[in-house]
Amino acid sequence: MTRRAVSIRDGVEAGAAWLLAAIWLLPLLYAFWSAFHPSEYAVRFELLAPLTLDNFREAWSQAPFARYYLNTFLLVTSILAAQFVLCTLAAYAFARFEFRGQNIAFALVLVQLMIMPEVLIVENYRTMSQLDLVDTITGIGLPYMASAFGIFLLRQTFKTVPKELEEAARVEGCNALQILWKVYVPLARPTYIAYGLVSVSYHWNNFLWPLVITNSVTTRPLTVGLAIFGAPESGVEWPIITAGTLLAVAPLLIAFLLFQRQFVQSFMHAGIK
Amino acid sequence: MLLTPAAILLIAFTYYPAVATLGQSFFSAGTALKPSVFVGVENYSFMLDDEVFWQVLKNNLWYAVGTIPASIAIALLMAVWVNGKLPLRGFIRMSYFTPTVLPMIAVANIWLFFYTPQIGLIDQVAGVLGLTTYNWLGDPDTVLTCIIVMTIWKEAGFFMIFYLAALQSLPPELEEAAKLEGAGRWYYFRRVVFPLLMPTTLFVLINAIINSFKLVDQLFILTKGGPDNASSLLLYYIYEVAFSFFDQAYASTLTVVLLVSLAVIAIGQFVFLDKRIHYR
Repeated sequence: MTRRAVSIRDGVEAGAAWLLAAIWLLPLLYAFWSAFHPSEYAVRFELLAPLTLDNFREAWSQAPFARYYLNTFLLVTSILAAQFVLCTLAAYAFARFEFRGQNIAFALVLVQLMIMPEVLIVENYRTMSQLDLVDTITGIGLPYMASAFGIFLLRQTFKTVPKELEEAARVEGCNALQILWKVYVPLARPTYIAYGLVSVSYHWNNFLWPLVITNSVTTRPLTVGLAIFGAPESGVEWPIITAGTLLAVAPLLIAFLLFQRQFVQSFMHAGIK
Repeated sequence: MLLTPAAILLIAFTYYPAVATLGQSFFSAGTALKPSVFVGVENYSFMLDDEVFWQVLKNNLWYAVGTIPASIAIALLMAVWVNGKLPLRGFIRMSYFTPTVLPMIAVANIWLFFYTPQIGLIDQVAGVLGLTTYNWLGDPDTVLTCIIVMTIWKEAGFFMIFYLAALQSLPPELEEAAKLEGAGRWYYFRRVVFPLLMPTTLFVLINAIINSFKLVDQLFILTKGGPDNASSLLLYYIYEVAFSFFDQAYASTLTVVLLVSLAVIAIGQFVFLDKRIHYR
């Protein structure tokens, strides 16, 4: 191919990539447009349309977003904390100890990658009502705390830690838990960050199980609150719904835009393993 | 024992419910006055006669067929572009990936506005072009397509990540060698890159299949499974039966179908992956 043909081809390709990017951004850009403009401009795209924050004010006053934020925050942090502890312990056991039935046990753990708690909403709801945990934040989080994905990811990471480091620590008189805490956990930091970001995005956005298990404002996370707020029968105006939608996604979206590289790299890190 | 806490939770919320679901599916739905009794396969024969069940299963199949190949192909294309030398690559990558960090509910809220008749964006554009308005989500013939398009938009960027990671791990010498041999770009991609990406493709494929059973959040906003169950999916139907019609026994029966489907995929993955991934 001549140089000219190559540069034309590259140009066309770049154009196509740009077009796809534009299509992918369009819905979000549209949401911003309609949220920041008065409702009569919702579908009239005039450059000089007046900007307003009224939609956000309305949305904030029509639904208890502050409470939803708090619920989601509590939910996400408690799940993450529990996952870190539980998955670290289990991953350590799988990576560095030998016990009977280890392979079967590990395979059983991986079953959860296929059969996620979402699928078992009927039985899990029954269990939660027996435990008296319906409509609590613990009830939303509990099925997710022993995460097969987390155990798997950390096990892979722990396996790459050189045994000599562990032996050195043992010579210095550390017991198994101290070794875990002082040798393995610090070395696995990138994995913790990657897993943490994936987990936070997942649970910030999770909907079906929280919908099933919650029935009051004091426990509902943002997604469930947003679904109720935005339901057509609630009769809320469009721009206000988009404003509410943006409120619900704002913290995660802003974090993503600021730490874009870390987000993408974390998802990649979690995906390679 | 280090495993104990994780094991207790896994047993309580994965293994026990999976087994209990199977058990429940052989009992009738209990009420306060009428305790549930063993009914054998009655729930299953009810299911086989349930037209909605077949409809939902068919929808789920189309949903899978519609979303999986398209989102994987787009994801691969995105990854190749983002991995190349495009101007403003970081920005493009961000655009592709953004839908991944948004909740399905929020995404559905935004897309609902596109699809709404008359005031919706699609109809506005159609109006400018002189076409008539159309109720995209109200027509059983188009509603599932609308759901599929939105789901592809949501998923592709997520799958792109896996391809991008795989592409970046390919040694650069490969491309140079191909160039020296005079291989065209398309030939190089088809004969070298794509086969090397096979493990990634399988991994993404499994994820996409699971997602086609799992991603039903958007239905709560967009259609509620309607019109006339034309867009309902299996997991959504389970939710409806269990928590709107309060028939937990039948919901368990439907869950068994879902579990069996997932088990088949798991076994398929096991057999297939073992065969294909050996050169890794």
